Amino acid sequence: MGDHHHGPAKGLTRWLFTTNHKDIGTMYLWFSFAMFLLGGFFAMIIRAELFQPGMQLIEPAFFNQMTTLHGLIMVFGAIMPSFVGLANWLIPMMIGAPDMALPRMNNWSFWILPPAFLLLASTLFMEGGAPAAGWTFYAPLSTTYAGPSVTYFIFCIHVLGLSSIMGSINIIATVMNMRAPGMTYMKMPLFVWTWLITAFLLVAVMPVLAGAVTMMLMDVHFGTSFFSAAGGGDPVLFQHIFWFFGHPEVYIIILPAFGVVSQIIPAFSRKPLFGYDSMVYATASIAFLSFIVWAHHMYTVGMPVAGELFFMYATMLIAVPTGVKVFNWISTMWRGALSFETPMLFSIGFIILFTIGGFTGLMLSIAPADFQYHDSYFVVAHFHYVMVAGAVFSMTAAIYFWLPKWCGRMYNETMGKTHFWISFIGFNLAFFPQHFVGLAGMPRRIPDYALQFADFNMMSSIGAFIYGASQILFLYNVIATIVAGDPVSDEKVWDGAEGLEWTLPTPAPYHTFETPPLVR
Amino acid sequence: MTSQTSAEYEKYYVPEKSRLALCATAGLILSIYGASGIMNDMTFGDPDEATNSWSIFLFGMFFFAATLFSWFRTAIRENIAGLNSAQLKKSYVLGMFWFIFSEVMFFFAFFGALFYVRNLAGPWLGGEGDGGRMNGLLWPSFDFAWPMMQTPQEAVGGATTQVIANNGSFTSAHTSMSFADAHVWWHWLPLWNTLVLLTSSVTCHIAHLGILKGDKKKFNLWLGITVALGMIFVYLQIMEYYEAYNEFGLTLNSGIYGSTFFMLTGFHGFHVFMGMTMLLIQLLRSVIGKQFTATDHFGFEASSWYWHFVDVVWVFLFLFVYIL
Ligand code: HEM
Ligand SMILES: [Cu+2]
Repeated sequence: MGDHHHGPAKGLTRWLFTTNHKDIGTMYLWFSFAMFLLGGFFAMIIRAELFQPGMQLIEPAFFNQMTTLHGLIMVFGAIMPSFVGLANWLIPMMIGAPDMALPRMNNWSFWILPPAFLLLASTLFMEGGAPAAGWTFYAPLSTTYAGPSVTYFIFCIHVLGLSSIMGSINIIATVMNMRAPGMTYMKMPLFVWTWLITAFLLVAVMPVLAGAVTMMLMDVHFGTSFFSAAGGGDPVLFQHIFWFFGHPEVYIIILPAFGVVSQIIPAFSRKPLFGYDSMVYATASIAFLSFIVWAHHMYTVGMPVAGELFFMYATMLIAVPTGVKVFNWISTMWRGALSFETPMLFSIGFIILFTIGGFTGLMLSIAPADFQYHDSYFVVAHFHYVMVAGAVFSMTAAIYFWLPKWCGRMYNETMGKTHFWISFIGFNLAFFPQHFVGLAGMPRRIPDYALQFADFNMMSSIGAFIYGASQILFLYNVIATIVAGDPVSDEKVWDGAEGLEWTLPTPAPYHTFETPPLVR
Repeated sequence: MTSQTSAEYEKYYVPEKSRLALCATAGLILSIYGASGIMNDMTFGDPDEATNSWSIFLFGMFFFAATLFSWFRTAIRENIAGLNSAQLKKSYVLGMFWFIFSEVMFFFAFFGALFYVRNLAGPWLGGEGDGGRMNGLLWPSFDFAWPMMQTPQEAVGGATTQVIANNGSFTSAHTSMSFADAHVWWHWLPLWNTLVLLTSSVTCHIAHLGILKGDKKKFNLWLGITVALGMIFVYLQIMEYYEAYNEFGLTLNSGIYGSTFFMLTGFHGFHVFMGMTMLLIQLLRSVIGKQFTATDHFGFEASSWYWHFVDVVWVFLFLFVYIL
């Protein structure tokens, strides 16, 4: 194989046929950003409708389609693929591997995503419109009362699941098999650890989701009665299966984000991560616990009291390893030589806001209290604090942190900091008031609301528009960096950054670590 | 912190550009698009209106199958060409292992549904405990028993009598698949199926022992027997479905008992069919292609793991669907 040191091929086929982990990572990242903008556009429609009480712009049925597609696209199209893209770029570079373990399958995992989402989005133009049962698509709304689009939706979920499973198998095989000599498990960067555990969660729960949608498919088209009491089934069964997937899913979203922050905080504190071992154990225990807490989403369905109690205490337990992490990040910064470049700003923003989300989660975990909070805007505020200020902020930090390494050019720091502050203010303006309206009883997923919620909702909408607009700045900054940023050639772009990826030349060559490095 | 490892290091083969993934994507997406169309025509469509869903579906499936064929052929050729280092082979092993694990979790979802219905939701529907308070309001004359031979809907006299919570219309079987309903034990197909499948796991293992010693004759013979047993299983399973539909009145429409029965055994049967096809391909590779040696037979090994996996699933099915 003499031609091994060539660069990328020219033209479109470079991307279509590629087996290179960096190309595939890039495609994942751009795709997820496109989905982020699409899902964001739907969110803007939702917030525009909620700007004032009363029916303003759109029909209730269309409003439901918007909330549903917004959730589905953000979770499955934006957040999950973005972290897979990051994993593709970074894991081989962090563990000293030449590529992902199964490169052709890697390409396949990516390429089935865009057409699946195209199909999903195209249901908007079908008769009866897009799926409208919410991103949690509870039966019987998603079965008995669904239109033809549900069939396309079900198969799209199958395809997304297939993509996630193949992607995770690839990550597991890479981490378990491709580490450079000397790179023991307990020397792996935390980002690799969190992804290994995430991949395990994905392989474990995506098939369960596939099972759930398959039962839906059978109920809709083939006369089975999984979710129909008349035939001896139970609609609540759907919720159990969905949340058996769904709760680990939220950790699938947040664990890689934990990993990213655990790389960035030490770099800008110029200190090693505090409590590395405890971070690994905390991640593993969160993953384990995430399998036994699912019914905290279902306190109000009428479970036996013993069930309520079990799920309540198990859920509260998760706060312990999560707290370990938060304290470790803070201890890492303690007496560090801190500097506040954009990635660090986003990471600190992450810690503060994610902690707020964790606390509201703890409030929600109290079963008797949740009877009040459930299905209110309080829940919406909770999960946006963990998913947007958590996952999305950390993803943004990751882009600013590694982009110079990837393309050998520095982003505009002033613009980056501006992006952070606008995002931070916009986000909090959008979601903090939702705690109040939620506690006061405003239900989620309803296009209209009582007059007393008007002021807070207007604030919320303005904040959402600000946050949305700030992403355009981000897009501009990233493109400007790639095309015309100031060149950087230091291997270590950041003086405090540690790890194998920073021993490679900048920009990272097309093929790296074809012979593995020796890690001492 | 780092330096380069020595030059003797065996290179990890990273394939060049490949169109396989893109072709597989096209096949897969066409298939699901066609399949969705077929089902929507069936449920929501106008029977007089002709659609091309079937053509799209079949074309997609054909294209997909052809791509997979070519994909595996490429992988096998790479191995024969000596491109696969020991490390790469381990990646394949890990890939197969975690793939099977994901399949286990798929079945877990359906078993979970079965347990939930049998132990919780069913008794509640029948009026037991705190969860049963709605029984008197919605399904007053429904008593829960498993196998469920009368759906709540039938218990109250059909879909017209009880309109709340009545999603769909369901009829029940008069005879169940459990042992209690079999007239004589040797007429009870599941027993034969169990014997066939357990035996096939043993024969598969004997074939494995054969190839490990490099004994191709033994390998081919016992692998052939395994494939034949797999076919017998599939045949018996089809017989059983025929019996269920035509003699027992047990259909997909027979409430939750029919739903769980057919989905669990159906997915299992489909997996047996897949595993059998995989083993058959390995047999053809061995007999016609003269492939496999004592040290290099991963295609067979992976298929045999898969086969043992479907066997284990069957044991659980036999226990929880047919016996208990
Ligand atoms: C300390 C950790 C956490 C606890 C104790 C917790 C607890 C809860 C509880 C009890 C609910 C149900 C509220 C209800 O519907 O009434 C909930 C909802 C939710 N949580 Fe968390 N949570 C935690 C962390 C997270 C994280 C890290 C994520 C994601 C990154 C997340 C995402 C969600 C989502 C998406 C929902 C709403 C799902 C829906 O109904 O649409 N949570 N959380
Ligand atoms: Cu949860």
